[in-house]
Amino acid sequence: MHRVRVRVVEDALDANNTIAQANRADFDRAGVTVVNLMSAPGAGKTTLLERVLGPGLGSVRAGVLEGDVAGSLDADRLAHLHIPVVQLNTDAGFGGECHLDANMVRSALPALDLDALDLLIVENVGNLVCPAEFRIGEDARIMVSSVAEGADKPLKYPLMFRACELVVINKIDLAPYVDFDMERFLHYVDQVHPGVRTLPVSARTGDGVDELRDWLSRLPDRVGATA
Amino acid sequence: MHELSIGSAVVDTAVRHAGGRRVRTVHLRVGQLRQVIPDSLTFYFDLVSNETVCEGARLEVELVPAVLRCGPCAREWTIDVPAFRCPTCGGAHVEALAGNELEVESIEVEEDTACIA
Repeated sequence: MHRVRVRVVEDALDANNTIAQANRADFDRAGVTVVNLMSAPGAGKTTLLERVLGPGLGSVRAGVLEGDVAGSLDADRLAHLHIPVVQLNTDAGFGGECHLDANMVRSALPALDLDALDLLIVENVGNLVCPAEFRIGEDARIMVSSVAEGADKPLKYPLMFRACELVVINKIDLAPYVDFDMERFLHYVDQVHPGVRTLPVSARTGDGVDELRDWLSRLPDRVGATA
Repeated sequence: MHELSIGSAVVDTAVRHAGGRRVRTVHLRVGQLRQVIPDSLTFYFDLVSNETVCEGARLEVELVPAVLRCGPCAREWTIDVPAFRCPTCGGAHVEALAGNELEVESIEVEEDTACIA
């Protein structure tokens, strides 16, 4: 018995990225734009979806893939929108995976009629760390940061704030009550991800929701332009 | 906390390349921008490698410093804090030449002497 060194030189996430590309090919074939929605737990992703995909959305055929460690609370909340919603639980993983990866998303695709959708939003598991590592085949990533989390989060979780094409600042109606310093927050965002688009919203009052819809509606053009 | 996810991905990659042979060492290059804590990664690597050919293997983590480059003014620099604007021109078109690695560089496996002929 002796030891042999085997040269590998492979990104540890290559296996995930390969499946993500397969997902992407399926999405492209069906002509559906896919958005990976990420945030800390409680930042308001589901409430934001209720608003954005609710009355006033227009003719966009939208669907949601809900990622949670366990349960179907979020999917139940979206039931009143009468759009396709598929719940994806990660608790079959090691102690309940804290993020969605490309393979988990792939396993949920048979439950969705992609051809009947223009826009699929994948609500990731609430977590400011792991979801940033795993591409799922999406066109764009949105990260939601709520004002109650404080202005310093971009500096504490730079990986997440860099792994997105849009930073949505939610719960701006609460800003005066939680001493949120918007200027400082925006400065930190610009420091870790120079030039990234930011959008203040309140899922509760509806402020900024039209702007978010507008951003989403322009996504297919932008993706086509950069492909 | 992403060290668990990354540890699993590292073990999977090593197992795939081991071809059924027992793995003794995994050499991993980790970029500074990945925000990985080596001790935590080692802890989870040991945990998830249980009952695989990587069980008992040593994880060697090589940290790769981040090197950034500004497209317009061509300045290259290293960073200690997450500040990604060009310090010379203030520009936003900055790419990371190094620092995003999460690369299984090599593994050391056990082989029967009889098999190498």
